[in-house]
Amino acid sequence: MKYLFLFLKKQSFFFLFVFLELIAFLLLANHNNYQKTQIINSTNVITGSFNTVSSTINDYFFLNEANYQLSLENAQLNNARFNILPLPDSIFKPDTLYTFIPARVVSNTSRNRNNYIMINKGRADGVEKEMGLISPLGVAGIVVEVSTHYASAMSLLHKNARISARLKNNGQMVNVSWDGNDYRKGLLEDIPTHIIPQPGDTVITSGFSFVFPENIMIGTVGEKVIMGGNLNKAELVFSTDFNSLFYVYVTKNNASAELDSLDMRNDIDE
Amino acid sequence: MNSIISKNIIRFIILVLIQVFVLNNIRINGYVNPYLYVLFILLLPFETPGWLLLLSSFFLGLSIDIFAHTPGMHAAASVFMAFSRPTVIRFISGTKGIESGMTPGIKDLGFQWFFLYSLILILLHHLLLFYLEVFRFNEFLQTLYRALLSTLSTLVLVILVEYLFMKRKDKE
Repeated sequence: MKYLFLFLKKQSFFFLFVFLELIAFLLLANHNNYQKTQIINSTNVITGSFNTVSSTINDYFFLNEANYQLSLENAQLNNARFNILPLPDSIFKPDTLYTFIPARVVSNTSRNRNNYIMINKGRADGVEKEMGLISPLGVAGIVVEVSTHYASAMSLLHKNARISARLKNNGQMVNVSWDGNDYRKGLLEDIPTHIIPQPGDTVITSGFSFVFPENIMIGTVGEKVIMGGNLNKAELVFSTDFNSLFYVYVTKNNASAELDSLDMRNDIDE
Repeated sequence: MNSIISKNIIRFIILVLIQVFVLNNIRINGYVNPYLYVLFILLLPFETPGWLLLLSSFFLGLSIDIFAHTPGMHAAASVFMAFSRPTVIRFISGTKGIESGMTPGIKDLGFQWFFLYSLILILLHHLLLFYLEVFRFNEFLQTLYRALLSTLSTLVLVILVEYLFMKRKDKE
């Protein structure tokens, strides 16, 4: 027994090292399984208020850019309004499946392999997990953590980000992901072999994931097309500038509970 | 002794603040990612007891983690770096004896020693950090490239800061 204690004392440096690494890996494992992230949630309020201060200062330097993005969006909305007006109300009812919650970005990264966007709206404002996040220029991310007044979203620049999309000109279903190289460029996957996407083709959301409304811009097809295998891949140029996100919208699916239960019933049938 | 402790505590806080509010917000391009906060571990005195070395590094990493939405990643890398520190010191100071009262730095041990010491430890830290972040082996080379570039940028910053503060000490 005495020797055991002596041995433990002699090797205490090593054991403390192993112990601390174990804690770190436990935290890491818990976080990656992003359904249960209690630890970071409790700190969201503290870090959130810190980040709000730093983003308020930052905002002054980027007012120009933010204004430009918002005016672009205004123009788009105006166009859309005039396109809809002539249609008779009784046939085309406005799409009320999604509500948009405006929010401000308080912290955002674009250099890591896994990037997160933190916004200043939380559960108190109706934000929940698995809601979408869109910027004036296009799709931005998916909400993964929510506290009372803040929420953190997985950016499209994340190894687990994968969203269902569609090529606008022929309606083909594809998937969008990010390979970690360049924050401006993503990857278009699962393109059927008979479709050869042309550079400049528009990629939009499919609306099948119940997270994003359909027809939201994601980006355009880039120069590189990778053939081979059962499905082609292509480079995608994001329309969202992940380096300058200021104002975003959370897309709230009003029928998500109903759609989820329907989905579950389908699973049981299979 | 008390002044050394308070100096290190202040250094801890300042480095975390710089990392979180300045360096984490600078975007040079997709690859370069300096992590200056490891300077704290590099500059801890030689006499620091092992448990304190490990624990302070753990909390250093954890503070960065909380702000970067990455619980555990920086903590794991920092603890690993702290664990390797005594071995690295023994390995590179074979001929050069370390006397009591010396602090790890260019002033006491010369540029070559400090360069090698920082390079090895920063490299170990960054390799673990970047591979933990990606956690996939099919991006092996790309991650290696990112880790090496970031090591370089961190190293440059560490040496710059070291020189900045050395000059100020000489003047006093």
